[in-house]
Amino acid sequence: MMPTLNDYLVLSAILFAIGTAGVFVRRNLITILLSIEIMLNAVNLTFVAFGRALGAVDGQILVFFVMTVAAAEAAVGLAIVIDLFRHRESLNPDSFASLKW
Amino acid sequence: MLSAYIPIAIFVVVATGFALFTLVFSSLLHPEKYNKVKLEPYECGIEPMTDARDRYSIRYYLVAMLFVIFDVETVFMFPWAVIFNKLLLFGLIEMLVFIFILLVGYYYAWQKGALEWV
Amino acid sequence: MPPGISTSDFYYILPELVLTGGALLVLIADVLLPRGSKALAWVTLLAIGATIASLVPFGSTHVEVAHGLLAVDQFALFFKIVFLGAAALTVLMSVRYLEIEGASPGEYYFLILCATLGMMIMAGGIDLLTIFIGLETMAVSFYILAGFIKPNQRSNEAAVKYFLLGAFSLGILLYGMSIMYGLSGTTNLRTMATAFVGQERDPRLVLAVILVVAGLGFKIAAVPFHMWAPDVYEGAPTPVTAFLSVGSKAASFAMLLRIFLEGLPSMSADWRLMFEVLAIVTMTIGNLAALTQTNIKRMLAYSSIAHAGYILIGVVAGTPRGVAAMLIYLLIYAFMQLGAFTIIIIMRRQDVVGDELKDFSGLHIRHPFAAFAMLLFMLSLGGIPPTAGFMGKFWLFGAAIDAGYVRLAVIGVLNSAISLYYYIRLVVFMYLKPQGAGSPVTTSPSLGIALAVAVIGTIFLGVYPRLLFDLAEMSARTLGVAAVTAAIR
Repeated sequence: MMPTLNDYLVLSAILFAIGTAGVFVRRNLITILLSIEIMLNAVNLTFVAFGRALGAVDGQILVFFVMTVAAAEAAVGLAIVIDLFRHRESLNPDSFASLKW
Repeated sequence: MLSAYIPIAIFVVVATGFALFTLVFSSLLHPEKYNKVKLEPYECGIEPMTDARDRYSIRYYLVAMLFVIFDVETVFMFPWAVIFNKLLLFGLIEMLVFIFILLVGYYYAWQKGALEWV
Repeated sequence: MPPGISTSDFYYILPELVLTGGALLVLIADVLLPRGSKALAWVTLLAIGATIASLVPFGSTHVEVAHGLLAVDQFALFFKIVFLGAAALTVLMSVRYLEIEGASPGEYYFLILCATLGMMIMAGGIDLLTIFIGLETMAVSFYILAGFIKPNQRSNEAAVKYFLLGAFSLGILLYGMSIMYGLSGTTNLRTMATAFVGQERDPRLVLAVILVVAGLGFKIAAVPFHMWAPDVYEGAPTPVTAFLSVGSKAASFAMLLRIFLEGLPSMSADWRLMFEVLAIVTMTIGNLAALTQTNIKRMLAYSSIAHAGYILIGVVAGTPRGVAAMLIYLLIYAFMQLGAFTIIIIMRRQDVVGDELKDFSGLHIRHPFAAFAMLLFMLSLGGIPPTAGFMGKFWLFGAAIDAGYVRLAVIGVLNSAISLYYYIRLVVFMYLKPQGAGSPVTTSPSLGIALAVAVIGTIFLGVYPRLLFDLAEMSARTLGVAAVTAAIR
């Protein structure tokens, strides 16, 4: 049995929910970053699934760009987080107190 | 149509079979004598000095980041290569412009010493 | 040439090409010029100037570029002028600030130009792809800029917070966009608008609208998606805060107008309601939270949240007049906000950080002109005539009444009254308190130019606003909404 468009959409919705929950629940910056990546991958899955169902390539093209942007963001994010770790020796977002959160 | 996959199936069976055969056959033959040196992780023949869960030099992250950024750009070259025959000179120039922009970034990173291994 | 692209397309994106070239030039110049050279700021200003010059041939152009990826129209033009002007003022502000903070200016100017490029693409984008790329070009540049002062812990924390919430909001926005794409089968906003006619009650489309509103809510710092703004504004380097609060906000509003007025006019009943609630909550909470702040950058952050609420009124109205009022307000806001931040940068000296309320004590004795300029900007932000801020609010609330949203105008006026308290409090500190501590307050030539431009803009647009109004109304009319909106009604 071939999976239908709906199956893909449900899967991506679940992935998106997992990612969103991860951002709120986890208490480590790297894990939060990973959760955001999961959200972006859920988005990618939606684009590809819709693109395939519509028989168009726009979805896949968008995914290429989302992937590259996600990589650039991850690189910048890691640089910022490493810088933070040098200052703070902790990756727990609750420990940043010099600005009111 | 499925017949096209037969060579692949044979390949998979042979490859798996050879690996399994080698493992099983050698385990039947080899002598079992363990000592401390033998159980240590193998690191290119150099004796391991510290625990693996150690701090890495920050340089690794820098190189990894540069790699991630430049590596992911190839994703645009695959679709470009597929329809290169239709894009002709225009496509070539477009890609050269794209690579030129990347090269400027590369040149900057190089000149600023991001690639030096201090 | 492959189908869909023609030589003329490259002509129409000339300003973007010039700016890209300029940014690359800055990057190379940073390597070639001797360390600590001030010439880099001039190279950057030259690049911005060349880009502004290259906008000249497009004064009345109204075309779609490359199969509808970008629109080159007066709406985009108006925003491009705002972005480039704000970028130029930011560069002028940055020279001395970077010197005092001891930061290397190379990447800084490059990133300012990249962010500007992203904004320009956002303002012109009429396709999900271009809008998304523009947004990220801008956002990633700002993530780095926010953490640019590396030894400073606050700057670093600001960068982390901005990055995390920015990336999170991007995920939400993209998810909404992916549903929009799936339901319409196109990424072009204008084609999408016609595809959505008759789908108004599809719950998936309503979900997409909610997600996009939430994602954009983060970008414009609307309550309840505003929690990053005060921290980031306080921690980021002051010129970056200035550019962030003006450029990023204006670009996000441009993108918001493109998405909702061009792409989702058929859903206007839904998003009007959402934005109305957001506008009311944002104005009120922004102003109330600003009342208790003692850090000026933080106070201006809450004030900027409140201003996002005022500007949202124009979206709710949704009429060409409302959009024109938004454009006017964003331009006026750019002058007064950049001006206020210029003063904070002037207050930054080797021995004083200068962003606390008490640092402004007795400023009128130490530097009468700076105190007067700050007084002007505060009155303008509060909306007191004859400053430009009054004119901006006047049109915005006028457009709301015109479109039948009298309650929004009333709430807006009440909020302006509340906001006067904290704007005037700063004035009281400057004029009625004894002098603060620290070395004398001085300006540099570049800071002087930035301040002069901001002061002249704030006064001129308040006294002679007619010119701007005609320009903004013309720009608002090119937004390509009229046809679709008329078809639905």
